[in-house]
Amino acid sequence: MSQTLTDTNPGGVESDEQPLLQIRNLEVGFQTQRGLVPAVRGVDITLYSGQTLAIVGESGSGKTTTAQAIIDLLPGAGKITGGQVLFEGRDLTKLSPKDIQAVRGNLIGYVPQDPMSNLNPVWNIGFQVEEAIKANGLAQGKEARARTIQVLQEAGLSDAADRLKQYPHQFSGGMRQRVLIGIGLSARPKLLIADEPTSALDVTVQRQILDHLGTLTRDYGTSVLFITHDLGLAAERAEQLVVMYKGKIVESGPSQEILANPQHPYTQRLVSAAPSLASRRIQSAKHASVGDSGIYGGGSLDDTLVARAAERESLAPVKDLISIDNISKVYRIRKKGLRSEELKAVDGVTFGIQKGTTTALVGESGSGKSTVAKLVLQLESITSGSIEFDGQDVAGLKGKELLKFRRRVQPVFQDPYGSLDPQYSVGNTIAEPLLAHGVGTAKERQERVKELLDQVSLPWSSRFRYPSELSGGQRQRIAIARALALKPDVLVLDEAVSALDVLVQGQVLNLLTELQTELGLTYLFITHDLAVVRLVADNVCVMQKGRIVEAASTDDVFDNPQQAYTQELLAAIPGGNFQFGR
Amino acid sequence: MPNKSGQAHFVAELEDTPVAPIDRLDESQKARSTWADAWDSMRRRPMFWISSVLILIIALVALFPGLFTSVSPNLDCQLANSNGGPEAGHPFGFTRQGCDVYARTIFGTRASVTVGLLATGLVTLMGVILGSLAGYYGGWLDAIVSRVGDIFFAIPTILGAIVLMSVLPAATPTSVAFVLSIFAWPQIARIMRGAVLSATNSDYVMASTALGVSKFRILLRHVIPNSIAPVIVIATVSLGTFIVAESTLSFLGIGLPTSVMSWGNDISQAQTSLVTNPQVLLYPAAALSITVLAFLMLGDILRDALDPKARALR
Amino acid sequence: MLWYTGRRVLQMIPVFFGATFLIYFMVFSLPGDPIAALYGDRPPAPGVIEQIRAQYNLDKPLLQQYLIYIGNFFQGDLGTTYSGRPVSDVMAGAFPITFRLAMLALVFEAFAGILVGLVAGLRKGKWFDASALVVSLLLISVPTFVLGFLFRLIFGVQLGWFRTTVSSEAPWGELILPALVLASVSFAYIVRLTRASVADNLNADFVRTATAKGLSRRRVVTVHVLRNSLVPVVTFLGVDLGSLMVGAIITEGIFNINGVGGTVYKAIVLGESTTVVSFIAVMVVIFVLANLLVDLLYAALDPRIRYAK
Repeated sequence: MSQTLTDTNPGGVESDEQPLLQIRNLEVGFQTQRGLVPAVRGVDITLYSGQTLAIVGESGSGKTTTAQAIIDLLPGAGKITGGQVLFEGRDLTKLSPKDIQAVRGNLIGYVPQDPMSNLNPVWNIGFQVEEAIKANGLAQGKEARARTIQVLQEAGLSDAADRLKQYPHQFSGGMRQRVLIGIGLSARPKLLIADEPTSALDVTVQRQILDHLGTLTRDYGTSVLFITHDLGLAAERAEQLVVMYKGKIVESGPSQEILANPQHPYTQRLVSAAPSLASRRIQSAKHASVGDSGIYGGGSLDDTLVARAAERESLAPVKDLISIDNISKVYRIRKKGLRSEELKAVDGVTFGIQKGTTTALVGESGSGKSTVAKLVLQLESITSGSIEFDGQDVAGLKGKELLKFRRRVQPVFQDPYGSLDPQYSVGNTIAEPLLAHGVGTAKERQERVKELLDQVSLPWSSRFRYPSELSGGQRQRIAIARALALKPDVLVLDEAVSALDVLVQGQVLNLLTELQTELGLTYLFITHDLAVVRLVADNVCVMQKGRIVEAASTDDVFDNPQQAYTQELLAAIPGGNFQFGR
Repeated sequence: MPNKSGQAHFVAELEDTPVAPIDRLDESQKARSTWADAWDSMRRRPMFWISSVLILIIALVALFPGLFTSVSPNLDCQLANSNGGPEAGHPFGFTRQGCDVYARTIFGTRASVTVGLLATGLVTLMGVILGSLAGYYGGWLDAIVSRVGDIFFAIPTILGAIVLMSVLPAATPTSVAFVLSIFAWPQIARIMRGAVLSATNSDYVMASTALGVSKFRILLRHVIPNSIAPVIVIATVSLGTFIVAESTLSFLGIGLPTSVMSWGNDISQAQTSLVTNPQVLLYPAAALSITVLAFLMLGDILRDALDPKARALR
Repeated sequence: MLWYTGRRVLQMIPVFFGATFLIYFMVFSLPGDPIAALYGDRPPAPGVIEQIRAQYNLDKPLLQQYLIYIGNFFQGDLGTTYSGRPVSDVMAGAFPITFRLAMLALVFEAFAGILVGLVAGLRKGKWFDASALVVSLLLISVPTFVLGFLFRLIFGVQLGWFRTTVSSEAPWGELILPALVLASVSFAYIVRLTRASVADNLNADFVRTATAKGLSRRRVVTVHVLRNSLVPVVTFLGVDLGSLMVGAIITEGIFNINGVGGTVYKAIVLGESTTVVSFIAVMVVIFVLANLLVDLLYAALDPRIRYAK
């Protein structure tokens, strides 16, 4: 049996309010070649009218499957194998296809995860909203058109009337998500299921959309079932929290209470690893003599700051290892007709990185941060300006000189699924740079691979595996091992942890910090996630539209942001304003 | 705010929800490459074994027709047997010239299969080389290959072959294969170019470049191995379609000369006695169809096995 | 859309000239005497050689020869048949028949193919799907001319449902059997393509979202699944027109139809290469133009193409 910590109804006196949604002992399985694989196991969720409840969990925890099971949206192989979904007392799992169709849209709205793939590319926006309105019998004919415009305007598309005839690909991600929210709320449903509605968007857009969604659902008195992987986001937006892990609920209850007093070890892990909730840079255990014992320990903030300051002072006279002076990158974009347009992806960027430190380049999509990474890596040529590495101008390096540079500056890319050749075994992947640079004999290379696998905490036996058999975090560790193979001085980490689940992300960040201390590495850390920056960076450059708008030490940026844009970014970090009693 | 019923702080029992170490490698499963994976999914399908056994038999018949019949397909013909029905030792009956249909079907295999095999080999070679150079190096090379490909693509294979074959003197299996591949290569080149283009833009190619791996080595070691799967599928299927194309040309009388024994020629000659003696048509046609079917099925199975989307669902 | 159309037309021009030049080149600059090759084993009548040399301007450089040929082509002179009749004259009589046959075949393969493919895709793994797959594989693996003979033998000779040869006016009713034969292979390909595409789209995110809106299953399938699945089918129809032309040569030959295909068939069998080459050049031009049309239709179906820069 499970324990109930704070039952406010001792003696089982039930309040007479009926829950809007009550999921009882729900079991969902997926039919595979190896038989029925359970995905959701005995889930109980209770949601009242007007409430917002968040289901939090990592990928594969069963949170999305639970949400989809409510209105029978499970993919072909999925099946409800047990339990009840009571909506206003009616068991939705027992309804005929026709009856559940009447529930969808009308009583329960749905906002999906990825705005890019959830609108039909061949129909215009107006059509797709209008068909929802007509299907739910809200309006017909001219009235439906008027209602469509109204729905879209309420969802935050002020110029809706002019854009009805446009197609999804002509809308930005944020705009598409607004359209999807409009569709989900078009029939004023009693419950809205929002499955990671903003995960694919930039933080500032995310904040706007969530604020707007919050206002709308409050105004309409809509209950919201919110699915997210971000604990900070969940805590900020929902009064009730359900934490799922491997298909089961490990902890549920009022958000404040759970975050203040997480009981289950898994929840505790989540709370302590959430970057949006953390406040200090990770220090490796081996670095503890400087006066910090890492974010999970109890070292005081003051100690850390003093130590970091002392460290920075001691490093101050050292010349920059990488110095980037006024670099620009211009692309020519073909427009309609024969015209072409210049796009300044990077516009006069200047900064320097000292040896052994981490500089973070932060910005939203399209800010030019990844282009800077490619320029530093010499994967693209700069249009103007100069990049010096260890006193040498690297622009236009060729042949042997370029190879020498590549040995010292290595990359780790964002997508751990894309950056490893699926046809290369782990051992071959890590040995590839050694082979390309003709380092050592076959035996020596094998020794090095063994050493590297050890450094990223993967067993020696994993050298025979292929990327498809590894998790995202494991792949990223392989990518790091490959980057370290030639004993480089600098790692360029382009969104290296962005695609990972929060616990795995924490683990990789810890690994990077440890390696930095151990090997004296210099990092250029490119990310859209300011929360992560605080965990790893010494210095921060904030980029917007190809320019650096603010550059300072990490503490300065977080404690005393000078630019409005930086302030906006900081304010948009989910959970940033939430008070946690740890 | 007091908790409503069913919303109290709940914590699951630890025995019920044990917490696993973060992201530990599961070493219980055997390590497998994508090709091993594809093999694994293929060998579980009966269709794979059926088509493989058929192809094996066809290959044997094409290589050693003498093993399957002791009757000569053209020397033992006796007009007395003209259009005769099946009898002992001659299970498929006789043609109008009194030749053994079974023997002719067996001996006709080699020419048909040779054309299919040779044309597929040529088309794949041309398509893979031109497609990967165009997709990988881009620029003017891509422009030239793509435009020239467009021009050849604008002439439907068999129409082009009809024109060429009707002006070329005496065809052989080799020349028929050459003519077919002249007009058929753009299809594979286009597919290869697309696959190479997407592989070239992948992160692993960028990673290898940044690691200092040479451009040509990346093409050979990363790009081509990751782009070849759709070409293998199409090549398998087109082996069948080339056999059909050859028979169509022979049917029109501009394929292999009647002195060369092939299914197409036999079917073409069967027209005249079709109503009275349909088996003359049916047996070589059946042999041809079974061959094509075997390669089509194999192509389907390869597609399922090599398709990354299908693999993700497994 | 206007910009897209303009660009496609511009792209078509080099293909048009390239393809016609290629055919011209193949026939007239291959080793050996082109005129002897044109006539195969039958020596032409005396005087004909000179006439043909003059007609094809064989004394001039290849490129100039080609330019004269293409200039004539644009003025409506599509070449001459073996017997000296202008190709355009023969075309005028034969084209309507072939057009009727092709339309029948196209309607059959498109409608039946999409319908069967849709049902198979919706019931993937069920018996209907399995049998549709088997039938389509069989249809692809049997050459058109074998199917033509078999259909003629079974439905024409043995069952007597259709006439085995088509009369010279070729009324619609007599064209049904040949059209079925002509459509068979493409029908099978369309079934397979639609089935795969429907099964793919059924798993698409936007289909789930459409269901979540509260739309009926029928509407989800027709408006979202089917509509999106038609895009690859339309592209296929363009490429497939080439096989339809080859198929027309064979079916019209087998059923003795006096269309374009039948004329070409007779010319091939009789070794009248001039006729063959002239007609095939015209077919290739039609193929290029039809593919332009298909590209425009493709753009009409998929806005992403239409608005691409």
